[in-house]
Amino acid sequence: MTDSEYSKRDWQCHPPYRHDPYKSTSLRGPRQPLVPIKHTLSEITGPIYGHGDIDPVDSDLTRNATRGGEALGERIIVTGRVLDDRGRPVSGTLIEVWQANAAGRYIHKVDQHDAPIDPNFFGAGRFLTDDDGRYRMITVKPGAYPWGNHPNAWRPSHIHFSILGPCIATRLVTQMYFPGDPLLPYDPIFNSTPDVKARQRLVANFSLDITEPGRALGYEFDIVLRGRDETPTEQ
Amino acid sequence: MLKQTPSQTIGPFFAYGLTPEEYGKSGIWSGILVNDATKGERIRIHGQVIDGAGEPVTDALLEIWQADHDGRYHHPSANEKEVFQGFGRRSTDENGMYSFMTIKPGRVPATQQRKQAPHVNLIVFSRGILVHAYTRIYFSDELEANNSDPVLQSVDHKRRATLIANRDESRAVPRYNFNVHLQGRHETVFFDV
Ligand SMILES: [Fe+2]
Repeated sequence: MTDSEYSKRDWQCHPPYRHDPYKSTSLRGPRQPLVPIKHTLSEITGPIYGHGDIDPVDSDLTRNATRGGEALGERIIVTGRVLDDRGRPVSGTLIEVWQANAAGRYIHKVDQHDAPIDPNFFGAGRFLTDDDGRYRMITVKPGAYPWGNHPNAWRPSHIHFSILGPCIATRLVTQMYFPGDPLLPYDPIFNSTPDVKARQRLVANFSLDITEPGRALGYEFDIVLRGRDETPTEQ
Repeated sequence: MLKQTPSQTIGPFFAYGLTPEEYGKSGIWSGILVNDATKGERIRIHGQVIDGAGEPVTDALLEIWQADHDGRYHHPSANEKEVFQGFGRRSTDENGMYSFMTIKPGRVPATQQRKQAPHVNLIVFSRGILVHAYTRIYFSDELEANNSDPVLQSVDHKRRATLIANRDESRAVPRYNFNVHLQGRHETVFFDV
């Protein structure tokens, strides 16, 4: 039943558990080598989220705080496709996003950054990919924020993405960055990925075509998940 | 082949996005996987996430994925409330503790002939973990099934105990204790899923 296994995690693309420039890995990243596992049903199945409980406003972070006002900041559209590594669209999959506001402040209770909270910006959203694997969200560009990793450390602007994919082997949590951000070369999280080309996958492309004239700038961000060797015949 | 999008840490601030109940928003999944219609023995899986210094990890996210009472995985959509979803999500509290209310899963096929021991798949995310870590929770009262489970048996016997949750009968709902050690002498076995 597992002749059509998902491709292996490509460890040239994915970061290692220990990455010394990112301090928190030193006590939290597992140290023992991972134990290889031949995929069974447990790995090639996973939850599939239906259309039921997702409100269309959940993909519009400029309005989903539902306080009646609009979020402050530079409005942007982020769209892209979720594909597998064979280039096939991953449709109907759940994406969840969260981010700082335009001032670089999270609404999270633990965030201590001395930057203003925007009452009209909650900062989280969720949506599904369509038949073509495409998603689309509206938000404001998140601000950079300082963090305690090293003296004068700042995270580049980023949006956190969580993607389920077809099974738990394809589960992915990642971050999207913005092109030309001067903080990227200094960010140990962005730079934890060994393969420089794979790292560029984390940077969205600016696109005038996606821009809505007079309203919002546009960015394109495609996501590539692990794929299956062949189209499975069984359900 | 396209290059896979790299994983990045979940960071410290995911809660209002992924487990937003305490922010006044409804979450998609919770730590309660059962309802009145669910078949199977009610159990609680309970434990702590601990870092390499022995300190609790208070900002981890845990996801579980498991089969139903009959050993079948479901790909239900969330609107089919009567179907056992098999998926749960919880963040650790200020003491690094987590808890899932679920059922004991049945045995899932390994191959045509063999079955796996009952187990729950666990995914661990946190700040400081750049790629989420996969492990499996097996049950201490399934000795015979555990002894013939191909995945469990592929693990160095000295480390196997890190994958076994101990059953505690002293409560109304039996509790299985399963601590996740990210590092150290008792480091949990993580799989290259
Ligand atoms: Fe962040």
